Amino acid sequence: MSLKLAIPSKGRLMEKTLDWFGARGITLRKAGSEREYAGVVEGVEGVELVLMSAGEMPRDLGSGRIHLGVTGSDVVRERLANWDQQVRAVAPMGFGGADLVIAVPRGWVDVDTLDDLDAAAARFRRTHGHRLRIATKYHRLTREFLREHGVADYALVDSQGATEGTVKNETAEAISDITSTGETLRANGLKVLSDGLIHASQATLFKSRAAPWGEAQRATLKLLEERLGV
Amino acid sequence: MIRSEAKRAARERAAQLMGVFTSAGAQPVEADLLLPAETLLDLYGEDIRARAYVTSDPLRGEMMLRPDFTVPVVQMHMAGGAEPARYTYAGEVFRRQETDLTRPNEYLQVGLELFGGDPAEADAEVFALIAEALAPLRLRAVIGDIGILMAAVQGLSTSEDRRQALLRHIWRPRRFRAMLERFGGHGMRRRPPLPDPDTLEEPVGKRTAREVAERLEAIRRDAETPPIAAHEVALIDSLLGLRETAPNVLAALRDIAVDLPMISTAVDRLAARLDALVARGIDVEGLAFEGSYGRTSMEYYDGFVFGFSSQDRPDLAPVATGGRYDALTRVLGQGREIPAVGGVIRPGLLARMGDAP
Repeated sequence: MSLKLAIPSKGRLMEKTLDWFGARGITLRKAGSEREYAGVVEGVEGVELVLMSAGEMPRDLGSGRIHLGVTGSDVVRERLANWDQQVRAVAPMGFGGADLVIAVPRGWVDVDTLDDLDAAAARFRRTHGHRLRIATKYHRLTREFLREHGVADYALVDSQGATEGTVKNETAEAISDITSTGETLRANGLKVLSDGLIHASQATLFKSRAAPWGEAQRATLKLLEERLGV
Repeated sequence: MIRSEAKRAARERAAQLMGVFTSAGAQPVEADLLLPAETLLDLYGEDIRARAYVTSDPLRGEMMLRPDFTVPVVQMHMAGGAEPARYTYAGEVFRRQETDLTRPNEYLQVGLELFGGDPAEADAEVFALIAEALAPLRLRAVIGDIGILMAAVQGLSTSEDRRQALLRHIWRPRRFRAMLERFGGHGMRRRPPLPDPDTLEEPVGKRTAREVAERLEAIRRDAETPPIAAHEVALIDSLLGLRETAPNVLAALRDIAVDLPMISTAVDRLAARLDALVARGIDVEGLAFEGSYGRTSMEYYDGFVFGFSSQDRPDLAPVATGGRYDALTRVLGQGREIPAVGGVIRPGLLARMGDAP
């Protein structure tokens, strides 16, 4: 029985993952045609390579369909309840870095912290008759963060893309979104709250606790960890 | 016991408990399993999404699987005219779990809700009826009173803004604590100089420069507000820390009321409630009172609160809880309001405690 390693199936995240393993003496290659989502592993025996959407990886790590997976720490925390009981972060990989942050319009000069956001939300609700809307696709991380910090009178509205534009379109008053440079936020007239960092995400090699870990897979993992130096 | 037997046992126990309440004149009512999410979200905020199942259809929009009965029963009652009434119900409630698989996500509740009447009498009646329904079990009852805490906050000698800010977070103990300390002059934030309200740019989105200017003005006012006096902060602390028998707490509250006269009315209400409990045969001498009781629950309680827990199984959730929710009838009453108090029992827990109906 081989050990199943899943990596992102496309884009920069895939390229960087190949580089990361390559730099550690393990070559990962797509098998056959460009369109095939299986791969070849050279440099260590007993590893089966699977390519899949990084967003679907938390589910398969949680259910144990794969032993190891490379994906962003943000999606794992968002999609897996008690994530640290379901997976173990084997190695942060040092790329794919992005911060999940709360951002508000730059013109809100009265709002710099979560305390301010809470106070502004209370006033906003009195004035407009509805709760202050925060657009996001990271519902759970955002809600837990705001509850932790005692922010009330807000509503989460779902936004699966172009989240920075929701404020201008008046479908939300603030956003909770991933940013790497802050460029898009600035371009849309938004700023990050000084204590608004929810999670600093990066690509991470995760180990599923639910996968079948037989003797062979454990031995392969040990070998792999030695080669990767983690 | 297999699952279906446990369910049947709980259901039979529920019917028997409901019988106790109907004998006391309560009218049986039903509530929908699917409730409009908007009402619950407006009441409890986004946090309820973590604790209730949300679903939707294209016509009605977001619906929630009934997380409790109080809200739909209050809505039904207020829509019908806010007259004095008493209701009982039994049925499943559903609670979404995000972290603890051992906590049930559906269970039966049997409830009693009293609208109108003398508040002290109604409080005592709900408590006594639930105590009676649970009588043979070894349970420990605890009471508390959110109304005293609210009155104390309203009595603080500080700005109305600060009092309102504290009241708004009374059900979030940690936030409340942090705020009280800040208003007491500890860890006051040093802000960069605030911009001139006349030079503000219109921000993107729905919140206008005018709203920003108004809040800047509020921040300025707040910066000029002197800290809440240390002895007043200490009084709130002593209220929250109260853990004694009800008569001892009443005596302590009388002392606190000398320095914080705003709580006197609420303390009188507690005294009247204890008298009414005595008149119903409750042993008040040994009844536990906790100053912070009921502050972390999802409910909307703003006065009397109570709970009954197993003495032998402290690991179980309280088998019965309840309280007064006058403000909720106002919020849901569309211009009408009526004092109201209620409580629920979890028959499934009674069965697990090994009680036979």
